[in-house]
Amino acid sequence: MKKAVKSQRPVNLDLRTIKLPVTAYTSILHRISGVILFVGISIMLYALDKSLGSEEGFVAVKACLTSPLAKLVTWALLSALLYHLVAGVRHLIMDAGIGETLEGGKLGSKIVIAVSVVIIVLAGVWIW
Amino acid sequence: MVTNVTNLSRSGLYDWMAQRVSAVMLAAYFIFLIGYLVTHPGMDYAQWHELFSHKGMRIFSLLAFVALGAHAWVGMWTIATDYLTQMALGKSATTVRFLFQAVCGVVMFAYFVWGVQILWGI
Repeated sequence: MKKAVKSQRPVNLDLRTIKLPVTAYTSILHRISGVILFVGISIMLYALDKSLGSEEGFVAVKACLTSPLAKLVTWALLSALLYHLVAGVRHLIMDAGIGETLEGGKLGSKIVIAVSVVIIVLAGVWIW
Repeated sequence: MVTNVTNLSRSGLYDWMAQRVSAVMLAAYFIFLIGYLVTHPGMDYAQWHELFSHKGMRIFSLLAFVALGAHAWVGMWTIATDYLTQMALGKSATTVRFLFQAVCGVVMFAYFVWGVQILWGI
Protein backbone atom coordinates (compact mmCIF):
# COMPACT_ATOMS: atom_id res chain seq x y z
CA MET A 1 0.00 0.00 0.00
CA LYS A 2 1.27 3.49 -0.82
CA LYS A 3 2.27 5.78 2.01
CA ALA A 4 -0.72 7.80 3.12
CA VAL A 5 -0.68 11.43 4.16
CA LYS A 6 -0.08 10.44 7.79
CA SER A 7 1.85 7.27 8.48
CA GLN A 8 -0.23 6.43 11.62
CA ARG A 9 -3.50 6.39 9.73
CA PRO A 10 -5.50 3.20 10.44
CA VAL A 11 -5.26 0.43 7.86
CA ASN A 12 -8.38 -1.50 6.76
CA LEU A 13 -8.66 -4.77 8.65
CA ASP A 14 -8.53 -7.86 6.49
CA LEU A 15 -11.85 -9.61 7.19
CA ARG A 16 -10.51 -12.94 5.95
CA THR A 17 -8.06 -13.24 8.83
CA ILE A 18 -10.46 -12.48 11.67
CA LYS A 19 -12.57 -14.94 13.69
CA LEU A 20 -16.15 -13.78 13.39
CA PRO A 21 -18.50 -13.04 16.32
CA VAL A 22 -22.27 -13.72 16.10
CA THR A 23 -22.95 -10.15 14.98
CA ALA A 24 -20.67 -10.67 11.98
CA TYR A 25 -22.58 -13.79 10.93
CA THR A 26 -25.93 -12.01 11.00
CA SER A 27 -24.34 -9.14 9.07
CA ILE A 28 -22.82 -11.29 6.33
CA LEU A 29 -26.07 -13.30 6.08
CA HIS A 30 -27.90 -10.01 5.55
CA ARG A 31 -25.59 -9.28 2.62
CA ILE A 32 -25.75 -12.80 1.18
CA SER A 33 -29.55 -12.84 1.41
CA GLY A 34 -29.58 -9.44 -0.32
CA VAL A 35 -27.52 -10.75 -3.24
CA ILE A 36 -29.73 -13.86 -3.46
CA LEU A 37 -32.79 -11.60 -3.63
CA PHE A 38 -31.18 -9.38 -6.25
CA VAL A 39 -30.74 -12.43 -8.49
CA GLY A 40 -33.98 -14.09 -7.32
CA ILE A 41 -36.13 -11.09 -8.27
CA SER A 42 -35.79 -12.34 -11.86
CA ILE A 43 -37.58 -15.57 -10.91
CA MET A 44 -40.28 -13.65 -9.02
CA LEU A 45 -40.83 -11.28 -11.95
CA TYR A 46 -40.98 -14.21 -14.36
CA ALA A 47 -43.64 -15.90 -12.23
CA LEU A 48 -45.57 -12.63 -11.87
CA ASP A 49 -45.38 -11.97 -15.61
CA LYS A 50 -46.56 -15.44 -16.53
CA SER A 51 -49.29 -15.66 -13.88
CA LEU A 52 -50.78 -12.28 -14.82
CA GLY A 53 -50.34 -12.64 -18.57
CA SER A 54 -53.10 -15.17 -19.18
CA GLU A 55 -55.29 -17.73 -17.46
CA GLU A 56 -53.19 -20.53 -18.97
CA GLY A 57 -50.05 -18.89 -17.59
CA PHE A 58 -51.63 -18.65 -14.14
CA VAL A 59 -52.59 -22.33 -14.22
CA ALA A 60 -49.08 -23.24 -15.45
CA VAL A 61 -47.38 -21.30 -12.63
CA LYS A 62 -49.72 -22.86 -10.08
CA ALA A 63 -49.04 -26.34 -11.47
CA CYS A 64 -45.29 -25.68 -11.48
CA LEU A 65 -45.42 -24.68 -7.81
CA THR A 66 -46.57 -28.19 -6.87
CA SER A 67 -43.24 -29.72 -7.93
CA PRO A 68 -40.71 -30.37 -5.12
CA LEU A 69 -37.95 -28.42 -6.89
CA ALA A 70 -40.14 -25.34 -7.38
CA LYS A 71 -41.21 -25.57 -3.73
CA LEU A 72 -37.57 -25.71 -2.67
CA VAL A 73 -36.68 -22.66 -4.80
CA THR A 74 -39.72 -20.78 -3.46
CA TRP A 75 -38.78 -21.66 0.10
CA ALA A 76 -35.16 -20.60 -0.48
CA LEU A 77 -36.21 -17.24 -1.93
CA LEU A 78 -38.80 -16.71 0.78
CA SER A 79 -36.19 -17.56 3.43
CA ALA A 80 -33.77 -15.01 1.98
CA LEU A 81 -36.57 -12.44 1.90
CA LEU A 82 -37.72 -13.12 5.47
CA TYR A 83 -34.19 -13.12 6.88
CA HIS A 84 -33.34 -9.91 5.02
CA LEU A 85 -36.55 -8.36 6.33
CA VAL A 86 -35.95 -9.34 9.97
CA ALA A 87 -32.29 -8.25 9.89
CA GLY A 88 -33.39 -5.02 8.20
CA VAL A 89 -35.94 -4.27 10.90
CA ARG A 90 -33.15 -4.74 13.45
CA HIS A 91 -31.11 -2.14 11.58
CA LEU A 92 -34.00 0.32 11.81
CA ILE A 93 -34.35 -0.39 15.53
CA MET A 94 -30.61 0.20 15.98
CA ASP A 95 -30.92 3.43 13.96
CA ALA A 96 -33.36 4.55 16.64
CA GLY A 97 -30.57 4.08 19.18
CA ILE A 98 -31.74 0.77 20.67
CA GLY A 99 -29.30 -2.11 21.11
CA GLU A 100 -26.21 -0.26 19.94
CA THR A 101 -23.90 -1.48 22.71
CA LEU A 102 -21.70 -4.56 22.28
CA GLU A 103 -24.02 -6.64 24.48
CA GLY A 104 -27.11 -5.16 22.81
CA GLY A 105 -25.66 -5.97 19.40
CA LYS A 106 -25.00 -9.58 20.33
CA LEU A 107 -28.48 -9.98 21.82
CA GLY A 108 -30.02 -8.34 18.75
CA SER A 109 -28.18 -10.76 16.47
CA LYS A 110 -29.41 -13.74 18.49
CA ILE A 111 -32.99 -12.42 18.36
CA VAL A 112 -32.68 -11.98 14.57
CA ILE A 113 -31.53 -15.60 14.20
CA ALA A 114 -34.27 -16.94 16.51
CA VAL A 115 -37.10 -14.95 14.87
CA SER A 116 -35.86 -15.80 11.36
CA VAL A 117 -35.64 -19.52 12.08
CA VAL A 118 -39.21 -19.54 13.42
CA ILE A 119 -40.76 -17.70 10.46
CA ILE A 120 -38.64 -19.58 7.89
CA VAL A 121 -39.92 -22.87 9.35
CA LEU A 122 -43.47 -21.46 9.26
CA ALA A 123 -42.93 -20.46 5.62
CA GLY A 124 -41.81 -24.04 4.89
CA VAL A 125 -44.97 -25.39 6.54
CA TRP A 126 -47.06 -22.97 4.45
CA ILE A 127 -45.39 -24.03 1.19
CA TRP A 128 -45.63 -27.80 1.80
CA MET B 1 -9.33 4.76 -4.56
CA VAL B 2 -12.39 6.82 -5.31
CA THR B 3 -15.59 4.90 -4.58
CA ASN B 4 -18.14 7.57 -3.71
CA VAL B 5 -18.37 8.71 -7.33
CA THR B 6 -20.48 5.57 -8.01
CA ASN B 7 -22.76 5.73 -4.99
CA LEU B 8 -26.38 6.74 -5.46
CA SER B 9 -26.26 10.38 -4.48
CA ARG B 10 -22.59 11.24 -3.85
CA SER B 11 -23.61 11.66 -0.23
CA GLY B 12 -23.26 8.81 2.26
CA LEU B 13 -25.96 10.28 4.48
CA TYR B 14 -28.44 10.57 1.63
CA ASP B 15 -27.66 6.99 0.50
CA TRP B 16 -28.21 5.82 4.08
CA MET B 17 -31.60 7.57 4.12
CA ALA B 18 -32.59 6.26 0.67
CA GLN B 19 -31.71 2.73 1.76
CA ARG B 20 -33.94 3.05 4.86
CA VAL B 21 -36.90 4.67 3.12
CA SER B 22 -36.83 2.15 0.25
CA ALA B 23 -36.46 -0.67 2.81
CA VAL B 24 -39.64 0.39 4.61
CA MET B 25 -41.55 0.58 1.30
CA LEU B 26 -40.32 -2.85 0.23
CA ALA B 27 -41.13 -4.32 3.64
CA ALA B 28 -44.68 -2.94 3.44
CA TYR B 29 -45.10 -4.28 -0.10
CA PHE B 30 -43.84 -7.80 0.59
CA ILE B 31 -45.68 -8.10 3.91
CA PHE B 32 -48.89 -7.08 2.11
CA LEU B 33 -48.26 -9.49 -0.78
CA ILE B 34 -47.35 -12.45 1.45
CA GLY B 35 -50.29 -11.62 3.74
CA TYR B 36 -52.63 -11.57 0.75
CA LEU B 37 -51.37 -14.92 -0.51
CA VAL B 38 -51.59 -16.53 2.93
CA THR B 39 -55.15 -15.28 3.49
CA HIS B 40 -56.33 -16.26 -0.01
CA PRO B 41 -55.60 -19.98 -0.43
CA GLY B 42 -56.84 -21.60 -3.63
CA MET B 43 -56.94 -18.25 -5.43
CA ASP B 44 -58.02 -18.25 -9.09
CA TYR B 45 -56.81 -16.18 -12.03
CA ALA B 46 -59.69 -13.69 -11.91
CA GLN B 47 -58.89 -12.77 -8.30
CA TRP B 48 -55.14 -12.48 -8.96
CA HIS B 49 -55.76 -10.40 -12.08
CA GLU B 50 -58.20 -8.15 -10.26
CA LEU B 51 -55.68 -7.48 -7.47
CA PHE B 52 -53.05 -6.20 -9.90
CA SER B 53 -55.58 -4.35 -12.05
CA HIS B 54 -56.49 -2.15 -9.11
CA LYS B 55 -55.03 1.34 -9.48
CA GLY B 56 -53.87 1.43 -5.86
CA MET B 57 -52.04 -1.85 -6.28
CA ARG B 58 -50.36 -0.59 -9.47
CA ILE B 59 -49.14 2.52 -7.70
CA PHE B 60 -47.99 0.42 -4.74
CA SER B 61 -46.20 -1.99 -7.11
CA LEU B 62 -44.55 0.79 -9.12
CA LEU B 63 -43.40 2.40 -5.88
CA ALA B 64 -41.93 -0.94 -4.84
CA PHE B 65 -40.07 -1.24 -8.18
CA VAL B 66 -38.56 2.24 -7.76
CA ALA B 67 -37.64 1.40 -4.16
CA LEU B 68 -36.11 -1.87 -5.32
CA GLY B 69 -33.87 -0.08 -7.81
CA ALA B 70 -32.57 2.39 -5.21
CA HIS B 71 -32.28 -0.24 -2.46
CA ALA B 72 -30.42 -2.74 -4.63
CA TRP B 73 -28.10 -0.05 -5.98
CA VAL B 74 -27.04 1.09 -2.50
CA GLY B 75 -26.73 -2.52 -1.30
CA MET B 76 -24.72 -3.78 -4.27
CA TRP B 77 -22.56 -0.64 -4.15
CA THR B 78 -21.80 -1.35 -0.48
CA ILE B 79 -20.86 -4.93 -1.27
CA ALA B 80 -18.79 -4.00 -4.33
CA THR B 81 -16.80 -1.30 -2.52
CA ASP B 82 -16.25 -3.60 0.49
CA TYR B 83 -15.10 -6.75 -1.31
CA LEU B 84 -13.95 -5.80 -4.80
CA THR B 85 -11.03 -3.84 -3.40
CA GLN B 86 -7.38 -3.40 -4.21
CA MET B 87 -6.58 -5.59 -1.21
CA ALA B 88 -8.58 -8.45 -2.72
CA LEU B 89 -8.00 -7.97 -6.44
CA GLY B 90 -4.90 -5.85 -6.84
CA LYS B 91 -4.56 -3.31 -9.61
CA SER B 92 -7.58 -4.44 -11.62
CA ALA B 93 -9.95 -3.73 -8.69
CA THR B 94 -11.32 -0.46 -10.05
CA THR B 95 -12.04 -1.99 -13.48
CA VAL B 96 -13.66 -5.09 -12.00
CA ARG B 97 -15.77 -3.02 -9.62
CA PHE B 98 -16.82 -0.65 -12.37
CA LEU B 99 -17.91 -3.55 -14.60
CA PHE B 100 -19.71 -5.23 -11.70
CA GLN B 101 -21.61 -2.03 -10.93
CA ALA B 102 -22.39 -1.52 -14.60
CA VAL B 103 -23.92 -5.01 -14.77
CA CYS B 104 -25.90 -4.32 -11.57
CA GLY B 105 -27.17 -1.07 -13.05
CA VAL B 106 -28.28 -2.69 -16.30
CA VAL B 107 -29.99 -5.55 -14.43
CA MET B 108 -31.85 -3.13 -12.16
CA PHE B 109 -32.98 -1.03 -15.09
CA ALA B 110 -34.15 -4.19 -16.90
CA TYR B 111 -36.08 -5.30 -13.77
CA PHE B 112 -37.75 -1.91 -13.61
CA VAL B 113 -38.79 -1.88 -17.28
CA TRP B 114 -39.96 -5.51 -17.02
CA GLY B 115 -41.97 -4.65 -13.92
CA VAL B 116 -43.66 -1.69 -15.61
CA GLN B 117 -44.41 -3.87 -18.63
CA ILE B 118 -46.04 -6.51 -16.41
CA LEU B 119 -48.14 -3.94 -14.56
CA TRP B 120 -49.37 -2.09 -17.63
CA GLY B 121 -49.57 -5.09 -19.92
CA ILE B 122 -52.49 -6.62 -18.04
